[in-house]
Amino acid sequence: MAGPARSPWQIFWREFRKSPTALIGASVLVLFYACALAADFLAPYSMIEQNRDLSYLPPQKVRFASAGPFVDGTTLVDPLRNRYQDDPKTRYPVRFFVAGRPYRLLGLVPANRHLFGVDAPGTIHLIGTDQFGRDVLSRLLYGSRISLSIGLVGIAISFSIGILVGGLSGYFGGWVDEGTMRVTEILLSIPVLYLIVALAAILPPEMPSDRKYLLIVIILAFIGWATLARIVRGLVLSLREFEYVTAAKALGAGTFRVLLRHIIPNTLSFLIVAATISVPGYILGEVFLSFLGVGIQEPTASWGNMLTAAQSVRVLLSFPWILAPGYLIFLTVLAFNFLGDGLSDALNPRKIQGGKGG
Amino acid sequence: MRTFLLRRMLNMIPLLFGISLLSFGIMELAPGDFLDTIRANDAIPPELVESMAKRFGLDQPWYVRYERWLGNVVLHADFGESFSYRQPVFSVMAPRLGNTLLLALAAALITWCLAIPLGILAAVRQYSWWDKGASLLASFGLSIPEVFFALLLLLFAARTGWFPIGGMHSLDYDDLTPWGKFLDVAHHLVLPAIVLGTIPMASRMRQMRANLLDVLRLEYVNTARAKGLPEQKVIWKHAVRNALNPLITLFGLTLATLLSGSFVVEVVMGWPGLGALTLEALRKQDLYLVMGSVMLASTLLVFGNLVADVLLAVVDPRIRYD
Repeated sequence: MAGPARSPWQIFWREFRKSPTALIGASVLVLFYACALAADFLAPYSMIEQNRDLSYLPPQKVRFASAGPFVDGTTLVDPLRNRYQDDPKTRYPVRFFVAGRPYRLLGLVPANRHLFGVDAPGTIHLIGTDQFGRDVLSRLLYGSRISLSIGLVGIAISFSIGILVGGLSGYFGGWVDEGTMRVTEILLSIPVLYLIVALAAILPPEMPSDRKYLLIVIILAFIGWATLARIVRGLVLSLREFEYVTAAKALGAGTFRVLLRHIIPNTLSFLIVAATISVPGYILGEVFLSFLGVGIQEPTASWGNMLTAAQSVRVLLSFPWILAPGYLIFLTVLAFNFLGDGLSDALNPRKIQGGKGG
Repeated sequence: MRTFLLRRMLNMIPLLFGISLLSFGIMELAPGDFLDTIRANDAIPPELVESMAKRFGLDQPWYVRYERWLGNVVLHADFGESFSYRQPVFSVMAPRLGNTLLLALAAALITWCLAIPLGILAAVRQYSWWDKGASLLASFGLSIPEVFFALLLLLFAARTGWFPIGGMHSLDYDDLTPWGKFLDVAHHLVLPAIVLGTIPMASRMRQMRANLLDVLRLEYVNTARAKGLPEQKVIWKHAVRNALNPLITLFGLTLATLLSGSFVVEVVMGWPGLGALTLEALRKQDLYLVMGSVMLASTLLVFGNLVADVLLAVVDPRIRYD
């Protein structure tokens, strides 16, 4: 235990760095969230731009010539089966920082430049197009905004409720505790998917995407807060017996001050890990709701409703690239799980106090 | 132990009551009712719709309906009649229940047969490639969305032709011999069971590995080695047996999710089970059918958790509940 004193952050980083999977997970997530923020800039097309003549176009290959990268033109050879052929005579050079549809960078700065594009009438669909000839890559990028944010908003809501209810319940005990614990017990005794399905039935089928998004998050958070409330309650029950809490009370701190300033911060390392591993639940919840037909409505893209569009095996056999959102969901969930494992190792105070060589 | 059991059993009554009230309330919040599609049909006279509404009790406010339903459940064990099938709820559910149980058992078989050996292997050769490969596999298994995995396997089945693409029977099922029927169902069962078994397999494997690693660090394992027992014997006779104990309690959790776990798989892969039935009933707002399956699945969940707690006390004498 010799050596200079380290700040908690340094200790955390020293431990966290040891796990390659956690670092990979964190990098993937940083990349994905950055792409979601920069979707307007990165996406060559808008989310809803249709091209009925290019339904189910396979991914176009970028090739290289001395003049720079280019894509071939395509011609539809079999309209019934959506078969296309490359047309090597027409070459469309890939241009960078092209002017295109206007947008606001990060919702603030007006801009119209896009990372890449080709001149009309050429097209560049790097992951192909869907049934309506919409660019899959662009829809994945715009869809990631919904799918990736739903988890963060979801835990923000469920954690606020869970921490508040669990904290009060554990701190006060008595009938408050009895009442809330019975309610959480009921919520936790209905199988999750059944509960989602039943709650989904309340959703009206037609409603603007932004309101639907909010309702979906609320439904998922409504289910998610119960587990958390029970665990926070347990932690608070043990923490409130500590002497420093008695000391705080003796110094005249009020209930909320004791709870929020002294008790909850001590559950923080647990809460961070719990938050990380519960994000995938929300992402998968959105997928499940889309799958039930009550998720985010077309033409707004989310990874869930894009995956739902890929349900027919016949379609999948001919056009496997529309499964792309599935791979992204898988990668995101995997990254969150890796990160969660790494965080729980690095934040585990027992291990740190054990002083591995420190 | 007896008082613990009794208390938990008694606790189940208000719990199930709360579950029924909550699910009934949610169903009532949904706009419209079962008769909406019938009302929209001009060919059906309004008087008939009225009489149907009366017969189903849909002309009454929800609390009257709930009271009637609850009364019948408690007094006569009668869960009402399905609107769309015109049959008692349980006779509609029974065949579907069988299919779901079959699927769940097959998945459990895959889970345990793979999870235990892989977990042992990973623990015994900690940090080896076996260990790394197994834990990577477990991470993948825990992360892959069920819908996606099911679609991938269907795609695989369609590409190779090795497995049927969804469903439970082939078209010529009725002409098959009993043995042929068995093989046909088994053939259809493989892919859904793999999808359903993957998540539990991954988590059981991790648990088995962690348990065995814990046990291998204990003194008595050192003692066994010190007195010259062959390593095989130390691991299988001394360590594995004790590492398995905590896993037995998970049997209760398996029981808990027996009916509710296969929702997605059933719908994507066309397996005619309880989950698919519930979804259909919910879309049609077939009130009592939904209530019946929610209550059944919830009861099993509550009961499964109880079993898990009891088993925990049985295998670990250090835990006492009274």
